[in-house]
Amino acid sequence: MKAILTVHNLASDLVTTIWTPVFVAIFLAIIAYAFWPRNKAAFDKAAHLPLREE
Amino acid sequence: MSQPSISKSMTIGESGLAVVFAVTAFLCVIASAKALDAPFAFHAALSAAASVAAVFFIVNRYFERPAALPPQEINGRPNYNMGPIKFASFMAMFWGIAGFLVGLIIASQLAWPALNFDLPWISFGRLRPLHTSAVIFAFGGNVLIATSFYVVQKSCRARLAGDLAPWFVVLGYNFFILIAGTGYLLGVTQGKEYAEPEWYSDLWLTIVWVVYLLVFLVTVIKRKEPHIFVANWFYLAFIVTIAVLHLGNNPALPVSVFGSKSYVAWGGIQDAMFQWWYGHNAVGFFLTAGFLAIMYYFIPKRADRPIYSYRLSIIHFWALIFLYIWAGPHHLHYTALPDWTQTLGMTFSIMLWMPSWGGMINGLMTLSGAWDKLRTDPVLRMLVVSVAFYGMSTFEGPMMSIKVVNSLSHYTDWTIGHVHSGALGWVGFVSFGALYCLVPWAWNRKGLYSLKLVNWHFWIATLGIVLYISAMWVSGILQGLMWRAYTSLGFLEYSFIETVEAMHPFYIIRAAGGGLFLIGSLIMAYNLWMTVRVGEQEVQLPVALQPAE
Repeated sequence: MKAILTVHNLASDLVTTIWTPVFVAIFLAIIAYAFWPRNKAAFDKAAHLPLREE
Repeated sequence: MSQPSISKSMTIGESGLAVVFAVTAFLCVIASAKALDAPFAFHAALSAAASVAAVFFIVNRYFERPAALPPQEINGRPNYNMGPIKFASFMAMFWGIAGFLVGLIIASQLAWPALNFDLPWISFGRLRPLHTSAVIFAFGGNVLIATSFYVVQKSCRARLAGDLAPWFVVLGYNFFILIAGTGYLLGVTQGKEYAEPEWYSDLWLTIVWVVYLLVFLVTVIKRKEPHIFVANWFYLAFIVTIAVLHLGNNPALPVSVFGSKSYVAWGGIQDAMFQWWYGHNAVGFFLTAGFLAIMYYFIPKRADRPIYSYRLSIIHFWALIFLYIWAGPHHLHYTALPDWTQTLGMTFSIMLWMPSWGGMINGLMTLSGAWDKLRTDPVLRMLVVSVAFYGMSTFEGPMMSIKVVNSLSHYTDWTIGHVHSGALGWVGFVSFGALYCLVPWAWNRKGLYSLKLVNWHFWIATLGIVLYISAMWVSGILQGLMWRAYTSLGFLEYSFIETVEAMHPFYIIRAAGGGLFLIGSLIMAYNLWMTVRVGEQEVQLPVALQPAE
């Protein structure tokens, strides 16, 4: 029982500690995705989407 | 259309839902008979009547409809489903006027307290949640449902998912409003701000909301357009987050299944924290994310210009998602909430300046190359001014979340002024603009009945907002300063009643502002009514004659 509690505490400590850098990394990845030069054409097309629908 | 006739039979959805409502009607009659309090009996009877009406609606609709369900496409073009959108637009206008009117009544009660006539049903304490729920959830909610059903179909080039499901969403949601609103008047409330409805209304809303999510999601999944347009991201975030907030804030144990009273599971400061996690994110995801979806679709469409920066819209979206959820504790500055939590809420609120202003710039700059349209198109002007108000109130909000500022502003009318610059200026105007676009589109009209009346609406409502928010700013800061004024001997300089007396002129100005806003909405309702009644039909070109794209 004690071992389980220790593992649980370790896991919860790890999760509560690690989510900040994980979220920051995800957010930075999103920014990279938004500014990736190869995506520009697709985004420019998407910006026109409301104007070219049926 | 001389297709070989397929034998007509009820779909599983039709027969299943009819049975479910029949059983519900039966259970509601029992609940009404065994009710412990009068409002519960009334609500159970109302639910029984609505369930019977639903069975009748489903069966009648089955007999009226052709054997085959409406096709997904006609001549290769999506067969858009406009019925539920029309209903929600109509209800939005109806609840909008009702909500603004109740707002005017309670504003007048604050200026002249005798106006509650000593009747419990129309006392401030009961009418105030009726006002907030009517404008936020009834007016705003119907605008969001109507526009989201429209935008998701158009930008996905797919018919709305489900046959009865979209109707279940719009009718079920408005029935929730009816139960919640009549409950407030009868004194049924769980006392949580913006989450006043009791347990049974909450359960019903949960069912409706899950169906709403499914209808939206399945429509996105069966889209013909490969890209998921940014407005749909905002709508989806709004729907998902509201579900999570609703479930997180409202777990409650009813005293009896036959009574309206319940006790919330959370206690003490945890309850307060949950409440404002919910409360602030209702602002962030109901009143912001949902209406930003409107901005990202309706402004480009009306201005006939592409979104200024699609990249910025992606960052705008994700920054809002990552930041907003932490801002709630700024409602609990200088309370029993741990100090670090207050500071956390303040810090995240200030960080929200970045996405808010990024989004505002994106909305405004979408007009680049089309600024001249502001002179000629009052609908576009309304939409653009709403974005300016969005920028203004999202600047003010984080500023008020700073603890030293909050020590002056909290519990004063400054908060009311701030909320209304957002609610009237941003949410109200963007909704009006969207409805002015949506009604002619959904009813297939060439344009609005009168742009001149839109112009009148715009200026009268703008004047109303300016009167409202400036009165509340002056009143709020005056109030805050009077509360903290000391004499040279260290006594409080003013008694509380003296501060109340000082508010009086500003309460009259505020009520006048609200009255102007209401008059504007009446002009709007007339204009939309005439657009539907006498507006010229848009001529639909046969597909073969459509100009090549």
